[in-house]
Amino acid sequence: MGFEVDSGGFYGEYGGAYIPEMLYPNIKELEDNYMNIVSSDSFQSKFRLLLRDYAGRPTPLFRAERLSDHYGTQIFLKREDLNHTGAHKINNTIGQILLAGHLEKKRIIAETGAGQHGVAAATVCALTGMECIVYMGALDVERQAPNVKKMKMLGAKVIPVYSGNKTLKDATNEAIRDWINHPVDTHYIIGSVVGPHPYPDMVTRFQSVISEEIRIQLMEKTNRNYPDYLVACVGGGSNAAGAYYHYLEDDRVRLISAEAAGLGVGSGKTAATSLIGTPGIIHGSRTLLMQDDDGQIEEPYSISAGLDYPGVGPLHAWLAKSGRAILYAITDDEALQAAFLCTRKEGIIPALETAHALAALEKINPGAEDVVVVNLSGRGDKDMEIYIDKLNLSDDDKQD
Amino acid sequence: MTINRIDQLFRERKGEILSVYVTAGYPGLNDTGRLLEALQEYGADMVEIGIPFSDPLADGPVIQQSSQVALRNGMKLDLLFSQLKEIRATVEIPLLLMGYLNPVLQMGMEEFLSRCKDTGIDGVIIPDLPPAEYETRYRELFRSYGIYYSLLITPHTDNERIDRIAALSEGFLYLVAEASTTGARDSVGDHQKEYFQRLREMNLPVPGLIGFGISNRETFLTACSYARGAIIGSAFIRALGENNALTLEERVEKFIRGIRGA
Repeated sequence: MGFEVDSGGFYGEYGGAYIPEMLYPNIKELEDNYMNIVSSDSFQSKFRLLLRDYAGRPTPLFRAERLSDHYGTQIFLKREDLNHTGAHKINNTIGQILLAGHLEKKRIIAETGAGQHGVAAATVCALTGMECIVYMGALDVERQAPNVKKMKMLGAKVIPVYSGNKTLKDATNEAIRDWINHPVDTHYIIGSVVGPHPYPDMVTRFQSVISEEIRIQLMEKTNRNYPDYLVACVGGGSNAAGAYYHYLEDDRVRLISAEAAGLGVGSGKTAATSLIGTPGIIHGSRTLLMQDDDGQIEEPYSISAGLDYPGVGPLHAWLAKSGRAILYAITDDEALQAAFLCTRKEGIIPALETAHALAALEKINPGAEDVVVVNLSGRGDKDMEIYIDKLNLSDDDKQD
Repeated sequence: MTINRIDQLFRERKGEILSVYVTAGYPGLNDTGRLLEALQEYGADMVEIGIPFSDPLADGPVIQQSSQVALRNGMKLDLLFSQLKEIRATVEIPLLLMGYLNPVLQMGMEEFLSRCKDTGIDGVIIPDLPPAEYETRYRELFRSYGIYYSLLITPHTDNERIDRIAALSEGFLYLVAEASTTGARDSVGDHQKEYFQRLREMNLPVPGLIGFGISNRETFLTACSYARGAIIGSAFIRALGENNALTLEERVEKFIRGIRGA
């Protein structure tokens, strides 16, 4: 079974470019050029240099001794949290800003939910002197004030979006509308492996540096270049796509995707898209999404803003449908417990998104000799308020 | 075989064709039938009934907001068909349904077309359905139900693609006046005139209607000097939301008179 995108932009039955004609020239320009540009030597040398000297790659693969003892297996953490700006998001924005330069674009737009991708986009725009406009749901602007301030300090213009439910989905709609209104001079840096073809493939390729490094690092540490389990969280799915990429066709590797169950898969307050979603169109892509019987897209819920998306990248829809990836739905509480465990056992405070991947360790029962790699996609600085809140609560519980 | 009402309109109408866009279920849940009757009475030649969608990414603020209100009112595609069941008893002008692909896919394309036919819908516009996919997957189905499908082109669509799209388009070709979301501009600039001129010289197999940014008598007449007529959406939706002292019918009358100049 193939997991590469086909010439029409599909992974199995998912993907494609379901866009109005107004967007066609923008998408066509990208589709016609991205492979040539991205595979050229001049692009690759610039990309590799920035990943190394600017983002700080390669990120370490860390043998987590105490977590390994706890679960009775061999756990390695791929430290994407140590990247510049605190997550894997920078891999993609570096790639796309270079691509925008090749296409002679003058203006960058991006959407953001929690603000991580917005900051990563604003960062590379500052680096290259590009104008940067970030669309962010008005609700998220309120909830994520520190990241809004960072984007502004970096010189980006943050535009609050008041349409719909005022969150990531609406910010994405608004970024797409901006692109429709600025078809010539603007590049849209999408933050995940979502959107119309070629975005899912392009973003996957930029993120695939993660699995490229895992192969080399595992060989050094375990004398073989693949793990038995590879665990990542999936919202749109860019960190997972990057971590899985070089192992997609390697059946020795069990791909474990952790989705956000929110308050529980059946609670109506969830973001477990692959588990409860049905096929449809969101943001130009045919994929699994949360919708009602009238085809209206539903608002997801998760404690983690980065997983709070009603769709999923078409690659992940296909991995789920074909059975290549094994999915677990992780509740808010399970994620929080996993975050606290990782913090106390390894001295690493993970992002709430990443905590969902860590929580999947409770579910998979690996053997003592098995090698488990968890993609530690981001750090928890942005989530401190929630963590402190919950910590205080559990301390209070103990005192009672 | 009966002739499609859209063809009949373009064949028989001598003057400028005015097509108006309404959002189903806006301003009130049960207003759509009334609006269609009033639009016919006051001189609209054709109506595009918009199927509200939670994520209308090709629409500007006015139609976005009307869609949100309509959904909050409880509008659903299934309900819309029920509401329009008897519409052909009173309304004779061509009626189109315009909407995003997702709600249509959830109903199922065949079920959707079958209900279009039962309701007396003449044509359909689905802006985010790629032309190639329409051609390979749905064109035969549309034909078997006798429902026309109209496609969009923009000033950035190259000539080769215009030819391809025009060949697929039935009834008319939707000429988007400017690369923009709906309602974003309210004038017709020189570069747009060049684009309309270029289209005129291409001798396309279907007539064109110009849409996006047509908001008043002046822009309507400019558009009509380059095409058979024009489509008005956002400006009409805005007018429905204003003039609250007037009845719905009076708002329609006032608006259409303003465009027609009568």
